[in-house]
Amino acid sequence: MPKIIKDAQVQDDNWVLWRDSETLPDSAPVIVPLNLYLAHREALAKLGEVGVMLASDESPKALPADTLASLPVIAIDFPKFADGRGFSYARELREQHSYQGEIRAVGDIIRDQLFFMSRCGFSSFALPGDELEEALASLNDFSEVYQPDTRQSLPLFRRRSA
Amino acid sequence: MYVYDEYDQQIIDQRVAQYRDQTKRYLAGKITDEQFLPLRLQNGLYVQRLAPMLRIAVPYGTLNSTQLRKLAEISRHYDKGYAHISTRQNVQLNWPKLEEVPDILAELAKVQMHAVQTSGNCIRNVTADQFSGVAADEVEDARPWCEIIRQWSTFHPEFAFLPRKFKIAVCGSETDRAAVMVHDIGLQIVKDDNGDTAFRVLVGGGLGRTPVIGSVIHEQLPPRHLLTYLEAILRVYNQLGRRDNKFKARIKILVRAMGAEAFKAKVEEEWAHIKDSALELSDEEIARAKSFFTAPEYRDLPAQDMQALALESADFARWLNHNVHPHKQTGYAIATLSLKTTGVAPGDITAEQLEAVAALGEEFGFGEIRSTHQQNLVLPDVPQHQLFALWQKLVELELASPTVGTLNDIICCPGGDFCSLANAKSIPIAEAIQRRFDDLDYLYDLGEIELNISGCMNACGHHHIGHIGILGVDKKGQEFYQVSLGGSQGLNASLGKILGPSFAQDDIPDVIEKVLNTYVDLRQEGERFLDTYNRVGLDPFKERAYA
Ligand code: SF4
Repeated sequence: MPKIIKDAQVQDDNWVLWRDSETLPDSAPVIVPLNLYLAHREALAKLGEVGVMLASDESPKALPADTLASLPVIAIDFPKFADGRGFSYARELREQHSYQGEIRAVGDIIRDQLFFMSRCGFSSFALPGDELEEALASLNDFSEVYQPDTRQSLPLFRRRSA
Repeated sequence: MYVYDEYDQQIIDQRVAQYRDQTKRYLAGKITDEQFLPLRLQNGLYVQRLAPMLRIAVPYGTLNSTQLRKLAEISRHYDKGYAHISTRQNVQLNWPKLEEVPDILAELAKVQMHAVQTSGNCIRNVTADQFSGVAADEVEDARPWCEIIRQWSTFHPEFAFLPRKFKIAVCGSETDRAAVMVHDIGLQIVKDDNGDTAFRVLVGGGLGRTPVIGSVIHEQLPPRHLLTYLEAILRVYNQLGRRDNKFKARIKILVRAMGAEAFKAKVEEEWAHIKDSALELSDEEIARAKSFFTAPEYRDLPAQDMQALALESADFARWLNHNVHPHKQTGYAIATLSLKTTGVAPGDITAEQLEAVAALGEEFGFGEIRSTHQQNLVLPDVPQHQLFALWQKLVELELASPTVGTLNDIICCPGGDFCSLANAKSIPIAEAIQRRFDDLDYLYDLGEIELNISGCMNACGHHHIGHIGILGVDKKGQEFYQVSLGGSQGLNASLGKILGPSFAQDDIPDVIEKVLNTYVDLRQEGERFLDTYNRVGLDPFKERAYA
């Protein structure tokens, strides 16, 4: 079974990432592109557990508000690791839509992004390559931060003065 | 000056460890060149034409003597015994070894310095007026606000992979010495209708390939909203800024494409979500930041008669006139140490000079030194009655060129001698001009002229806002230079207009001479170069230059 970093551990992963945006998959659990999801919500629901993938130019604002909370996983795609839009999307999902499910970083990500990604609300990382155990260390590059984020609700200046 | 507490120190120490590990993995082949690129850039490390270049952050241009001594030591041990002050007030080393950079960072961390976000597509080191806290014309000291912004922007988790670099400048006085009009975000401290501090927020200014003057999107932002408002701007830019074309990726292009009003509306929409969040600044935090920038223990000194002082010697009088600025504290003055001695690349300073300046900072002040975007250093708190003694020492150190604010106080990027992006060399152009116009009386007669040189479109030498700008261009593999006139910085910033077809390197001193002669012939009583240009326009200069 494929492995993934999830909740700060290396775990088995049974989600299939279905990047084809034209044809429907035939089994679940599966993560599908947003437009496929929007076009075939009911058919997909019959398959079983379905997650949605946002492309790097698809803001969470495009997700239907009525189903957002019930999605088990939202994947955010990084076509290039230096395309940082997904960092804002993850924060928006957590902070503006109060999304509680799994947010997964997929695509061309690198381990040196894990710390910032986890602060922005990502909870799993489909990191290419096989050095996942080593990569866990990057989740804890820093033990103190200045800004509030999804892991730390208060900025340092509010904790300093306390 | 700001002093780290255990939190700040821990963050910087962990950064050194993180970067050491990244370098190790890179050298072991576990990180590709492409992946390492943004990691090293966010730590100020470029790979240049001849060697890597390390850009060390000098947050808002403030340094102390201990830090200068450390820089001297580092430049001797890890480099060739000199350093360079950049046009963004930072310090650059031109010859470090990639594998030694983690050690250099560890040394810097011992004196509360680092190279965090001095490059790369992230929020860069924030800059400010070099006279902050001491200028006679100050509305409010910019430095506490800069420090608040520095902390917020340091390792901001959301904004490490922006479409492009992002620069913020803060100015606290009526004369803008921080170029706030040409930054991605410019903040000007103003007093609101009740006399309280507020920020005038400009976005989308910038130089480079498409120079633009910033648009005001908030006239009077209350200070407690500073960080939430900045965060809202960055969030809009991170999502909507163009990523398909590096030359169209700066926020100025986005603001122009959307229109400033529509951009502002987007910002306000994002802002509504976070305006009252924990990121709203507390009174305690503002007070804490300000507590680091209180006035030093000034003595009660009588104001000196500067004209009488000037009688000491004619050379001293020149320096006094050009390199000394008024201080808000009676009996004190601000002295600029010129790094524009002819024959030395503008902004370069040797390890010995750094150490000597560190000592002067203690002898003639409170151990504080500033760096300027004009690539000079400043001693901010010199007792007026000691100016002569200071000047004598500066003369020995070759840091007393009495040319601050004149044609020869050239702003110049490293250019083709060092930079791999360059189209043409810039340092030899600066030197050729300084040699041609070496007559001080002539320079003074010309008055206030800013001449800025960039080796390529990236405009690190701010050529667009020089009264005279020179830009290196590539013409069929040959180094040529485009001259522009009429740019200016400050709150009425303007962008220079191109004079005409570009010139060969050897012709530049002649062309500049023709331009200056045109000015001298046409000027009216009391007119500066820029005033004459604004009155008569480009044509008379053009006719003469191409005659
Ligand atoms: S302006 Fe161009 S040549 Fe000069 S330092 Fe910047 S990138 Fe290099």
